[in-house]
Amino acid sequence: MVASDTAWKHPSPRLRSLRRAQVAVLALIVAVVGGLLAGFAFGPGPGAGVAVAAVLAGALADRFVQRRVRAWAYCERAEDLLVRRGVLITRLSVVPYGRMQFVDVVAGPIARSFGLATVRMHTAAAASDARIPGLEQAEADRLRDQLSALGEAKAAGL
Amino acid sequence: MLVPLLFVAFYAISSGNLGRGVGGTIVRLVALPIVLLFAVISWWVTRWRIEGDALRIETGLIRRSSLRFPLTQIQAIDTVRPALARVLGLAELRLRMGGATGSQGRLAYLSLPHADTLRGQLLALAHGIPIDTAPPPEQVLLSVRTDRLLASIALSRLGVVTVVLLAGAVVSLVVAPRVAVGVIGGSGTAILGLVTAFWRRLNSDYGLTVAEAGDGLRLRSGLIDTAAETIPRGRVQAVRMIEPLLWRPFGWCRVEVDVAGRQKSRGENRSESRELRAVLPVGSHAEAAWLLGRLLPDAPSATTPAPPRARYKAPLRYHFLAWGWTDTCAVATSGRLARVTSWVPLGKIQSLRRVQGPLQRRLRLATIHLDTAGRRVGASLLDRDVDEADRALGELTELSRAARKTRQAGGTPVIPPAPA
Repeated sequence: MVASDTAWKHPSPRLRSLRRAQVAVLALIVAVVGGLLAGFAFGPGPGAGVAVAAVLAGALADRFVQRRVRAWAYCERAEDLLVRRGVLITRLSVVPYGRMQFVDVVAGPIARSFGLATVRMHTAAAASDARIPGLEQAEADRLRDQLSALGEAKAAGL
Repeated sequence: MLVPLLFVAFYAISSGNLGRGVGGTIVRLVALPIVLLFAVISWWVTRWRIEGDALRIETGLIRRSSLRFPLTQIQAIDTVRPALARVLGLAELRLRMGGATGSQGRLAYLSLPHADTLRGQLLALAHGIPIDTAPPPEQVLLSVRTDRLLASIALSRLGVVTVVLLAGAVVSLVVAPRVAVGVIGGSGTAILGLVTAFWRRLNSDYGLTVAEAGDGLRLRSGLIDTAAETIPRGRVQAVRMIEPLLWRPFGWCRVEVDVAGRQKSRGENRSESRELRAVLPVGSHAEAAWLLGRLLPDAPSATTPAPPRARYKAPLRYHFLAWGWTDTCAVATSGRLARVTSWVPLGKIQSLRRVQGPLQRRLRLATIHLDTAGRRVGASLLDRDVDEADRALGELTELSRAARKTRQAGGTPVIPPAPA
């Protein structure tokens, strides 16, 4: 690997709760709506079956989502930022600070209620994806300031 | 209401030799004054001037807009001359900037001598030298041969499609004449489309001449509508060489360059903006190699093939997969039927990515992508051995950092000496 494993930082543990909540809400909606529809159409037995299946699928999905969250990591090195993600398809991005065009911090309403934000770095290449979700607000702000300062110091023309 | 009308008008005029028949004539007769009117208004309300090291363009009749283009960030300057503009001795200047939103400076129309002077001035400013510096002398590197160009278009995907369609038409005429006549008669638009596509390729690549001057690479081409493009030195983000299957018996290839900034604007249709600028639409390998040497002086050749087990992951691509690198440039080859070779100067790499899918993990393979600011070309080292990929990722990161530093410290590179 490019960097020693000790230097890697991970998104906030609260991202796992956030993802779990998202999966749970989705599974619940599917369970209730699907269960009711199946219940009215085929009787209470199949209805309950559909609801239970939806809940089980949600539990299964949660396992995958949790693994995905755990796989996400980033590492600030002297000259570049490393972002690692993915379970099935693993990706590792190396973005030199000098290549950063701008940094943005996005926090949707749900993420904000968990006090989390996503930091995304943009380079002149459309293909580079360096996105770190689920950072605590303070860490996101620190990272943003740090990255823009470093980007300015090391900026290189196209 | 006006917009569709304008489209009709543009189409009628741009495909001047296609819209035969009474309908076409009527459309053109109605459309021409409208188009001219719009062009005149656009010209009337546009003002520009050079402010220090920036070009300011103010334009718009109803919605005024004022655009400022810092000249040190110009990626390319084009002089475009549609047929009508050539008749009237006019030219349009287009500045291509690095931004992804396609903001493009457009000065239409200037008289030709004026456009040439202005381009020289803008390029001088872009290189940070005084505005009244005489434009450096240029030296023609290559120009494409017309017979080869025609042959290459006939042997392209377009030509193959045409041949297949023609064969189908002939066969169906023999087998079932009555049905076939109806089908062929009904596919008039498709035939028109084919002819237009042929024409566009011929027109855009006809007589393409590559010249090198102190201020950059000059590309000139066109049969009816001509375009001259100047790519300032050090703006080439990537170079790509394509060797289609049908061209291989002749040893031909196509060389394209990629510059930053999306090329999407009025007057450019979709297929034009999708395609990369060819510096050599068709040429021999020797020509391509020579041109490549001028574009990227230290270009390596792809010598390290992919490990044999990559065959299971990419059975069709495997025989082309290879890569190579020097201290300043990396190259990777790929492609299924056509071999595609991409060179990326390490100083131009925006980011590096290592991607590994489930099948690749099984086979202990990984892919390294080298992202550039160009529109489409970035070299990808597909399906390398994991250890090799990790080593390459580390080394290319270091080398690209070093290349970036020397480029910044060195300022403008020296002009290479002319070949004998």
